[in-house]
Order: sequence, then C-alpha cells, then structure tokens
Amino acid sequence: MSVYFPQKWLPYGLLLPQLLVTAVFFLWPAGQAVEQAFYQEDAFGLSRDFVGLDNFIALFQSAEYFAALGTTLVFSVSVAGLGLVLALLLAVMADRVLRAAMVYQTLLIWPYAVAPALAGVLWWVLFDPSIGPLALALQTLGVDWNHYLNGDQAMLLVVIAATWKQISYNFLFFLAGLQAIPRSLIEAAAIDGAGPAKRFFDIVLPLLSPTTFFLLVVNVVYAFFDTFAVIDATTQGGPGQSTTTMVYKVYKDGFVGLDLGSSAAQSVVLMVVVGLMTIIQFRYIERKVQY
Amino acid sequence: MGKFALVSLAVGLATSSSVMAATQIEWWHAMGGANGEKVDEIAATFNAAQDDYEVKPVFKGNYTETMTSAIAAFRAKQQPALVQVFEVGTASMMAAEGAIYPVYQLMQDTDQAFDQDDYLSAVTGYYTDNNGNMLSLPFNSSTPVLYYNKEQFEQAGVSVPRTWQELGDVAQTLVENGVECGFTTAWQSWIQLENFSARHDLPFASKANGFAGLDTELQFNSPAQVAHIEQMRAWQQDGVFSYGGRRSDSASKFYSQECAMHMESSAGYAGVKRNADFDFGVAQLPYNDELIDTPQNTIIGGASLWVLQGKSEAEYEAVAAFLSFLSQADVQADWHQFSGYLPITEAAYELTAEQGFYEANPGTDVAVKQMTAVTPTEHSKGLRLGNFVQIRDIINEELEAVWAGDKTAQVALDAAVERGNALLRKFEKAND
Repeated sequence: MSVYFPQKWLPYGLLLPQLLVTAVFFLWPAGQAVEQAFYQEDAFGLSRDFVGLDNFIALFQSAEYFAALGTTLVFSVSVAGLGLVLALLLAVMADRVLRAAMVYQTLLIWPYAVAPALAGVLWWVLFDPSIGPLALALQTLGVDWNHYLNGDQAMLLVVIAATWKQISYNFLFFLAGLQAIPRSLIEAAAIDGAGPAKRFFDIVLPLLSPTTFFLLVVNVVYAFFDTFAVIDATTQGGPGQSTTTMVYKVYKDGFVGLDLGSSAAQSVVLMVVVGLMTIIQFRYIERKVQY
Repeated sequence: MGKFALVSLAVGLATSSSVMAATQIEWWHAMGGANGEKVDEIAATFNAAQDDYEVKPVFKGNYTETMTSAIAAFRAKQQPALVQVFEVGTASMMAAEGAIYPVYQLMQDTDQAFDQDDYLSAVTGYYTDNNGNMLSLPFNSSTPVLYYNKEQFEQAGVSVPRTWQELGDVAQTLVENGVECGFTTAWQSWIQLENFSARHDLPFASKANGFAGLDTELQFNSPAQVAHIEQMRAWQQDGVFSYGGRRSDSASKFYSQECAMHMESSAGYAGVKRNADFDFGVAQLPYNDELIDTPQNTIIGGASLWVLQGKSEAEYEAVAAFLSFLSQADVQADWHQFSGYLPITEAAYELTAEQGFYEANPGTDVAVKQMTAVTPTEHSKGLRLGNFVQIRDIINEELEAVWAGDKTAQVALDAAVERGNALLRKFEKAND
C-alpha cells in the first residue's frame, strides 16, 4: 500500500528534524574527521600542514595497527557470538518459566542499566589477581590468573565484561521474538512428533532469524564502537597491546596522545570497515533471513 | 531610623557593585574526591580574602580529560584562564607558544612580587625553560618512594634497603620467610626507567632529556638501564618481584600483604595509611651504588597550572593574584599536609616542619628530603618529551613483554626507544 501526500514538501518537512540531527551530529563531524585525516597539526591548532596521504601510509606501515585490527576481529567475533548465544539460551529458558517470570526477566535486563565504565570496574575488581574473588577461586583451581601479564586472559576479561553488558539487550529482543512465535506452530510440530530440539532448530530458530540478524548487526557495531569504556576501565589496552582494539587506539592516539591527524585517519578507516561489514551482512546474511 | 535605612542601602549598593565588579576567572582542574573539595576550599578562601577577583574552580575529569577539554576549548576560543596539566603534557604545552602565557612573564607584566628563588628548584625545574624561567606553577607534585611492611620486615629480621643490591637481598630473604613476593611497583615507566635514570644521573633522552631541543632522542636502552630491567625480569621469574599493572593497581598487592615492598608516588601516602592494616614505613627510592656514590634527586610527577592566552588584562591580574596566593607558605603548607603532595616553596616546607607535622606523621618528609638533598643535574631536572603520553604507553607495552618472559630487556628497550623516537620525530615535525 502506498501513501500519497497532497503537498510535495510535507514528507521532506517531516523528515527534516531527523535529517538535521543526522547532519549536525553525524555528517558534519564525520566530514571533519575526513578532512583532518589529511593534515598534521599541533594540539592547539596553531599550525596546520597538509600532508596528503601521509597519515594513512604511516598507519598501514605500522605493525601495531594491523595488530589492533586483528585484536578487534577476535574481540568483536567473541563478543557478538558469545552475546548472541548466551542471550538466546537465557531467553529460551526465561520463556519457559511459569512462576515469577517477571522477576527473572527483570534481573536479566539489569546489567544493561549499568554504565560501561562501571561494568568494567566491576569485572576488574572480581578478577584482580591479588584481591579479586574470581581470580582467587581460579588460583585455588590451579589457574594462574594474572591478566596484567597474560594477554589471553586480559582478552578473556574484556570479552566477558563487554558481553555481560550486551546480553541483557539481546535477551530482551530474543524474548520478545520468542513470545511472538505462534504457539499453534509449535504445538502442530509437537503433534507431528517433533522433539524439543527439532522444534527449536526447525521452527523457533528460523522464525527468530529477523531478530537474530538485527542483533548481529547491532552487536558487531557495539563491539566495534561502544566497548571503549569497558576496555579503558579494565586493561587500558594492555598487557602489551593485547586488548588494544581499533576504537581504543583512536581514543589513545587522539585524546591521550593528541595526534589528531593519525586519529582522524584511523576513524576514517574504521568508518570504512564498519560500512563494508554492514554491506556484507545485508547482502549475504540477510538472504538467509526469513521474514 | 530613616537615616539608618539609607546608610544600609548605600552600603548594600556598594557591596553589590563591588561584587559585580569582581573579575571572574575559571580554573579547570583534575582533582576529584577529597582533593577536589580542598581545591574548592582554597578558591573560596581566596575569594573571601579580597573583593577584586573571583576564582571559579571547575572539575573536568582526569588529567587527560582536563587537558583535552582545555585544548578543545582553546580551539573554540572558550578557554579557561588557568588549567591544571599533568607533567607529561608539559612538552605539548610548552611547544604551543601562542597558546600559553608563561607564569614568570605574567608575574612581571602584572607587577606581582615574584621571586623564583623562593621555590624549590627540584620541583619547579621540571617546568622551567632553558634560562630557568618558570613557565607554569607547580601545584601538585609528587615523587616515587619506597613503602614497606614493617611487620613483615621484623618477622624476616631484615632492615630497610638503601641500595638496589640490598633490596634484592632483602626481598629474597622475605620470600624465603614465607612472604609471597618481595616487592612490586606502580607506574613502571616513571619509577623504573625515568626515575632510575635520574637517580643515577643517566640521560633518559639526549639534549638534556629534551630540555635543549625538539630533536631529542631516547637513550634509556643504555647498559645501566638494560641491566636494571634484566635484573627485574629475573626477579619476576623468581617471584621476588611481582608486576601489578600499569598505573597504581599494584597497591592492592601491598595492601593485601602479598608483597612486602611497594614503589609508589609519595602522594600515595594517604591511600596506604587508609588501606594498610599493618605498620608501614616510608624510605627513599633505592639506588645502585656501583653506578653512583651519592644518588641524585628523583624527578617529579603530578601537575602544574598553566595560564592560557586570549584573556583580558583584568583577568590576568586576577590569575597573577591567585598564583601569588597559592604560593603563600600557609596555603602551600596546608595543601601539602592535606594531600601528601610536595610543598613548592622552601617556606612551606619549613612551616610544616615547625608545625610538627613530620614528627606526627613519620615518613611524610622522605620525599622532600629525597628531592632536595642534592642540586638537580640536567638528567634529574625532569623530562621534556613530545607525545610523551604515548611513549609511556609504548614503554608499558614493552616492559610487560619483559615481565611475561617474551622479550629480553635489551630487545624490549631497543624496541621502545625505536618506536618512541618515531613519535618524537612526529612531534618535532608538527611543532617546528
């Protein structure tokens, strides 16, 4: 069904506020970042030199930058994958709870209300090698937990902290998706003799695919951009560079190091990477989604 | 009755007009918590003491956030008159000649009484130009010292180490007596490389640690520093030393009595006092007596106050008056005793001693003595390196590879020097 507006300007007028917000808060700063990426300047903006592609060339010649790219991939895949699987598991279980369902659901949504930096500090305390209860428990089990020195453990820590925050969000959407699946379909399958596992994989999961796809996109974007605070509060990118993701490096070089040119170039690369990934997701994965 | 009303009206008008006329200046700072409240108190005292000027302190987050927002504000021409910048931001501030108003110049231009000799040169040296002129006013400065657990020392029957050799033996004995680790350190780059170099009068970087030019190169991969880091690597492997994180996260190892010694900022005193439920002592940072007979002073950390360009004459008069107020012995002594930061004037130190503070709080004067025992040399005056925040991160990364056993000290320090030099060249290019 199509809607026709009598005046030509009305639809544009209605869109205008949103477009303005996009222009002011996204297009304009993004444009500035692109411009900045071609300059080198001192922090105070007193002198400014056009350097062409120097900032990009320096980036792609540095082993550290590729290390950050690799770290980002490992981190994002882990956070998005773990977040989706665990949230789905919890949603399926919460969906089957008959008594006090609201209590469970509310408790599961809670972590989302925790500020990322607080979530980081929380896990940082729990896993502190000297005083953290979880670290001490691991040590009694014979695991030598010290994320200040062990890069893999540090990665595990930031993945746990970042995932924990995101599970609530995913859980909410999965639960809504599950509740939207008509009971009749599942009951019909049950009558036809399909067991719980078969019902889940052949009926529930395909019907959840639009939700899953949406969450996949959101989670990847989350892991790429929104996890800065978690990393800053727990590991500050260390030990070595084992938890320095691309967005953390943008912050470190730009805000801490005041190297605006390189930081801007990194943001541009990040924009391109996320743009490409979103296109890939929509072109190749969305085909498998059944609406 | 009518006459009285008239008089009080006149007085009221006079007071309100003088309030209107008070020149307001903003002071952006990074002091949270108790120190932040103290900062507000200092400003309030200043405001109450006179009618001409009003200082408004504004808390802007941590050091990095405060500096970044001041820079962003400067670019948008909304800068505060006064901003607190941490010591590693010094080179960036100095290089921005059009953005800063050197403190010595400000004091001259506004005819404030200002004698640089009143200040402790070991503290102000970090913030002076090559002619010894103070560019910014040190506000909160600290220096690393050694905290030790007196109870564990007694049980193991060891005394406080003076040199690194003694520290190694003491730590070994402690471990043999059942202490989990001998010592740990906070801020590894600052304490184990920057201050290690200064204490032994070794260059951390060429060109007088960067004071004499932007074309400075890092030199902390020379044999003495390499040997020190290599020794620490061996100690880490034996459990004599235990690495506890980049900032002051290592403190928890000391508080929980896992480690018997902790090298940490003198400003950490209040934290140790609050968190350690055991008897502790404070000692000077150890030195290697094979490298130097009389150790040099250590260098400072912390922050100083910078005046920014682009304000009116009246505002600068207000800033100058406030900086003079901050330098007063009673204000300084109060701040020093409250926060644990170093006093910046000789008079404040003497006043604090007179008041009996050091006797009542043993260990609080260790840092001052360590700083002022000798005249600073060009290697112990401080560091002036561009992009230093990032260079410290590089050093952190490379040292972590050493503690983890992935790299030898030589390989790691060579790599840190090479990567750091690239950043120095970049800074030179952007600021020449």
